[in-house]
This record gives sequence, structure tokens and C-alpha cells, in this order.
Amino acid sequence: MADRFPRGNTAIVGVATHGIGEMPGFSSMELAAGAGLQAVADAGLALAQVDALFICLPDDLFAGMAFAEYLGLQPRFTDNNRTGGSAFMSHMATAAMMLDAGYIDTALIAHGSNQRSGGGRLSTPAKSSAYEAPYRPLFPLSSYALAAARHMHQFGTTREQLAEVAVAARQWANSNPEAFAKGPLSIEDCLASRMVSSPISVRDCCLMTDGAAAIVMTRTDRARSLQQPPVPLLGAAAATWWTSISQAPDMTETSARESGARAFAMAGLQPADIDVVQLYDAFTINTILFLEDLGFCPKGEGGRFVSGGGIAPGGHLPVNTSGGGLSCCHPGMYGLMAIVEAARQVRGTAANQIPAVQFALAHGSGGTLSSQATVILGNL
Amino acid sequence: MIEGGPEAQWRAALAGGRFLLQRGRASGRAFFPPRIAEPGTGDDAEWFEASGRGIVYSSTVIGPKPPALPYAVVIVELAEGPRLMSRIDGIAPESIAIGMPVKARIATEADSPILVFEPV
Repeated sequence: MADRFPRGNTAIVGVATHGIGEMPGFSSMELAAGAGLQAVADAGLALAQVDALFICLPDDLFAGMAFAEYLGLQPRFTDNNRTGGSAFMSHMATAAMMLDAGYIDTALIAHGSNQRSGGGRLSTPAKSSAYEAPYRPLFPLSSYALAAARHMHQFGTTREQLAEVAVAARQWANSNPEAFAKGPLSIEDCLASRMVSSPISVRDCCLMTDGAAAIVMTRTDRARSLQQPPVPLLGAAAATWWTSISQAPDMTETSARESGARAFAMAGLQPADIDVVQLYDAFTINTILFLEDLGFCPKGEGGRFVSGGGIAPGGHLPVNTSGGGLSCCHPGMYGLMAIVEAARQVRGTAANQIPAVQFALAHGSGGTLSSQATVILGNL
Repeated sequence: MIEGGPEAQWRAALAGGRFLLQRGRASGRAFFPPRIAEPGTGDDAEWFEASGRGIVYSSTVIGPKPPALPYAVVIVELAEGPRLMSRIDGIAPESIAIGMPVKARIATEADSPILVFEPV
């Protein structure tokens, strides 16, 4: 069944990132609310005009209600989807459909986390299942390691190729004032870093930072009278195939294959049309898997695709131009940060602006490669 | 069969020294973990005795801070088809290789039964 989607009828009209890095003494709610207020102000809207709320906080399973109360909102619709880092792309799909139907007028999508200052560990209520916990996998890291090991076995992917992803991210971060991790990083540095759960070493892992992001969406016709140039949403699709990595039919292929194909079909575009790509890089293997599954290169070719600075500044495809979760920021669920960077690239206001961006893709992943969601932004 | 849902039944069987799997009654397709129905179809499921044979589908070695020792977590692909997370006893973690044939054993840990595998 082909998806019906209101291509281009809705748009991002406000974006914000807030508190990226370290914000000691601030709660996740305070950070998310700060980003939310800035995104609403960026759009040139009044807070009271927000009539739909989409949120996921790491430590509050009922964050929708708490966030509404905190900002004094009375949303007509509240969505607290918990598909991890893909939640925000799913939020956009829901918001687009509801906006287009006239059910809501202004959607605020927000995320915030104080996980670095608040404990320095990934803040999540998710954990290994009762069938897996007795074997003591690191959650979620070892699941990604098992996928990476399988990818290396099937396709000859190497640790050097994984390291290429981390090095490219650092090079983008080095020229992004907002990025948290800066400084030289070489392939050799990555290979020499401490092994955590083979083949994933410390430098294959995303950061643990504080930070928040928010976007505001409305109908594109209404957006034209607002403060910022609208960034139309051309396609949005989500797909969930499993929760535990052991249940993957093929551990080297994620449901990004489905979410990407559907989002491209909605947008009427091909991977070759995309000027800049934002992928949720919780671990370096993610970037390789998603480049393959979204169709930027054939299955198994991701390692070669990123080699030789392929996705670094000056490479053949700009990927994670903020520095990504690996070097810009990772406040627990990076998905919304990927969306903000994609929107900034389409607006022409990114720190590492790619010239003449027409179309940008943002892809989120939740759980252990479990839930995948893709959005395509761009000019109509 | 003991009272309770499929998860409780599976654990009770394990405690009794038996490694059970389920399959769709109509399709014959095996699956794990235990469920109240065959995933994907919702059809009736039935129990059967697993062969215990499998191969290592993927493996990761976790290196905790010393003095804790490294240990491996693996995905085993059972001869009947399903995959599950487990560990391989009786071999150094770094010697575990993808494709290696393994055989199930029910061990006891902290007074509870646990399904582990050993090299064949």
C-alpha cells in the first residue's frame, strides 16, 4: 500500500537548540522548556498559539502532561511517543497529518536531557529483556556491537572504516561553535581507544551531554506570513521491526530500509537528490547501516562509502554536518537534534552550511536499531 | 504443563532440565522467546523439545574495568531457526568465532537455571 502523505503542506517554522554540552544544575524539563520557548520565539509565534504538544523526555514517562503544565499550555493533542531516538520523526509524521487535517494549528516538538550533569550515564527507562539481561550485555551498546560484528563478518567492514565515521564527525564538529567535542582525532586515535564491547571502542560511541532541542510546525500556507522562511516537510515515515537485536531477521539490515523508501516515495525523491544527510549516530556502525538502508550506497558497501573522508568535509556526501551525536552532542535521544540541523541546512543558517541545499534528510533510530524513522525536508 | 503463561511455562521447563521452543501449530515455524501465539500470524503455538544445536551468529567481548574479567555475549542461531542471546562457556571469549557450532546446556546461577552454550 502506498502511503498518503500531505507532501509539503506542513513546514518547520521555528527551531532551537539549547544548553548543548554541560548545564549543571538544570533539570531535563528546564532544558526542554527553554528550547521550546526559543523555538516558538524563532517562529515569531506566541506561546499560547501552541495547541499540540509532542515530547519525549528521558526520565519522565508522562512528560507530555508535565511539559504542558510547566509551560502553561493546554494542548488539544498531546503525544508522548516513546520509540527512543526515532520518536521525533514519528512526531513530525503525526503532526503533519493532524495539521493538514485541520485538527491542530501549531505543533511544538521538544526534547531535553541533563544526563551529563545529572549522572553522566545514558538516562533511559529502557533495559535488556528478561531473556537477555542474565548474560550481562551492556545496554544498549552490546546490541550495536553484535550488529557491527556481524556486518564485519558478512561484508568485510573494518574497524578503520568505523573510525572514519568518528573522524568525519569530529571534523564537522571542529568548525561548529555549538559542538561539545572538539580537537584533533585520527583513525589511529580511534583504533587505540579502549575497547568497550568489541568491535565498539570508546571513540565509536556517541557523547553523553546535556542539551535540548525543539521545533515548531504549522501549515505551509500559514507559515508564509511568519518570521522565518518555512522548511516544508516532504515525507515522513516510521518503521518498527523488533526490540531486541536477537530478533532481527538480518542483523545487518534495519527498518530504515522501509522508513527511508517510504519517505522518499512520499517526497518524490531519490537518495541522489539529497544534498545533506543527518543520521542518528549513537555508534559509528549506525551511520554505515543507515547509509546503506536509506539507499545512499548498496548493502555492505557502507564501510567503503565512508572511507577516505567520504562523509567528512570535502567528501562526496555531507553527513552529520553538526558533528552528530559522536562529536556535537548527545542528550540521550539525538533524533530531534538531527531534525534541527537538517532544517538549518535548508534555511541556509547551519554552522557548517552546505551551499545551495534543496533537500535534506534526517533519520532517527530508537532502541537497539529497533525503531527507525525518516523525514525529508526541502523546498517545494 | 505447569500453570501460567508461556514465559512461566518455559522457565518451569528450564528449571526441570528441559529447553523448550514453540512453533506455530499450522506453520511449523519455530520462534523464541515464548509467546501466547505465533508472531506475525497470531495462530496457535505448540511446545516442542529443542535440539540444543546451533551456531554462533554474532559475538561481542565486553571488557569491564579490571580486575573484572572480559566476557562474551553472543547471539546463537538455533538449528530450528530462532536466534537468542546467550553466552558460550568453556572457551576464551576472544576465541569465539561467528559460525562456530555450539550445544545448549542448562546451568545453575544464583539458584536459577540459565541457558548457556558450549563449543561442540
